[in-house]
Amino acid sequence: MGEQREDGYDDLLDAIESNTGYYLSCPAGHGSLPPRQVCPTCGDDDLSTEPLPDTGTVVTFTEIAVPAPAFTGQTPVVVIADFGPVRLTGRLVDDSDALEVGSEVVPTVATSPDGGRHIGARLVSER
Amino acid sequence: MHAVRIAGAGSTAFGASPGRTGRDLFGEAARIAIKDSGVPRADIDRLCYGNFVGTVTESQGHQAPLMTEAAGVTAPATRYESACASGGVALKSAVEAVRSGAIDVALVGGMERMHNVTTEQATEGLAMAADHLYESRAGVTFPGAYALMARAYFEEFGGTRADLAAVAVKNHRNAIGNENAQFQRAISTTDVLEAPTIADPLGLYDACPITDGASACVLVSEAYAKEHDLNASVTVTGTGQGTDSLALQHRESLTRTPATTRAATAAYDDAGISPADIDLLEVHDCFTIAEVVALEGLGLYDHGAAIDAASSGETTRDGDLPVNLSGGLKAKGHPVGATGVSQVVELTKLLRGDHVNSTAVPDASVAVAHNAGGTVASATVHVLEVRP
Ligand SMILES: [Zn+2]
Repeated sequence: MGEQREDGYDDLLDAIESNTGYYLSCPAGHGSLPPRQVCPTCGDDDLSTEPLPDTGTVVTFTEIAVPAPAFTGQTPVVVIADFGPVRLTGRLVDDSDALEVGSEVVPTVATSPDGGRHIGARLVSER
Repeated sequence: MHAVRIAGAGSTAFGASPGRTGRDLFGEAARIAIKDSGVPRADIDRLCYGNFVGTVTESQGHQAPLMTEAAGVTAPATRYESACASGGVALKSAVEAVRSGAIDVALVGGMERMHNVTTEQATEGLAMAADHLYESRAGVTFPGAYALMARAYFEEFGGTRADLAAVAVKNHRNAIGNENAQFQRAISTTDVLEAPTIADPLGLYDACPITDGASACVLVSEAYAKEHDLNASVTVTGTGQGTDSLALQHRESLTRTPATTRAATAAYDDAGISPADIDLLEVHDCFTIAEVVALEGLGLYDHGAAIDAASSGETTRDGDLPVNLSGGLKAKGHPVGATGVSQVVELTKLLRGDHVNSTAVPDASVAVAHNAGGTVASATVHVLEVRP
């Protein structure tokens, strides 16, 4: 895993890695994440790229005690954070002691032990 | 439109049978259902079959022809896959085929075999119901996804782990005496609260088990039932299906399940019933929180109001609206691809009076089955009614 690029998805991860994260927006303002041919909400194919807000607010989280094989021996903490027009699901890369619903996070890129790149989240309070 | 009758229903015992092949499990369920129906095998016009991860656990694709052989029938056959709602969508397709007049007799069923792989492999298989890039890669497991929903629910509406535990306690109680159920034993609230955490706030006893098993039903047109003098009092009067975004992050709300609501609205309209007419339900309680959001999505409770439905006794065996009298996925077990059909097997027996818990609902005439896939990105609802 991690060798073959996933167009759109890996482009977004590259952008997040260089602090130029983005989301897709249709004329009606529906946010979505790539790759998209059309807005998933209204079907409009006029999608623009808009800058992802710098921080998001955690709306829920969990620490997974029984992980998938990619995370064997770990207990990954996963958050869903609200970035306004879009939400992102990301693995918390900090210690989770200070994590709570309402915590501010910044998006980052994380890698699982098997090499799978994915969206990560870093607590603003730990920076 | 041709009314659809359930002529026969049957399941294997649910539990751990790692050495039994999928073809053997489904063959048994089909044999029981066909025998129960009294329908000659030669009259079966179609097999609609649900399975989720057999391509992973048994390295077996193209299962439909294998399962017609296992059932001893020669009929066009298709495998349906909608994660944990695979059985429900197979059922919906069979109902529509009979209703349309295209066929008179359908065999519908499902099977899952998961104990032949490790828990980690099973966890990975089940996680395939989520968005691979945006959820699974970040570590989200199937229990993890429901844990995200549970915490969001507590935040929005309140509620405690003890409220959720009451769902598990209730469904375990209901499974006692159900000879097909995986766990035929009572558990206490303390057992649930003290069980190891799998994905906080959910513990092991908030989760349904990994289950091997199969279920099947024989559906016939009303005309066929009359012509062949079949004993088929249970009628499928409503069918509905709903779809939502696959990933939780793309949904407007993490605590609402519009796929369930869409499926329910369609099925209730189809049957001409309202939620107040429902006497009993089997709902998709893969996790305790799932039963709560199902009851809300089905229109039986307002949003945020079903959290204490079990702890208050409203949905227990003796309550006003018994839910999961079979034991539910939680205690009866959850052979993923079979579950949607297994719910209808249980309800058919409950309505016919030949289920161990029929005595809890002696006058019931309207039952609802709710089957969900993933974090309810897919849902089906079926209405069953007793008709002369
Ligand atoms: Zn749009």
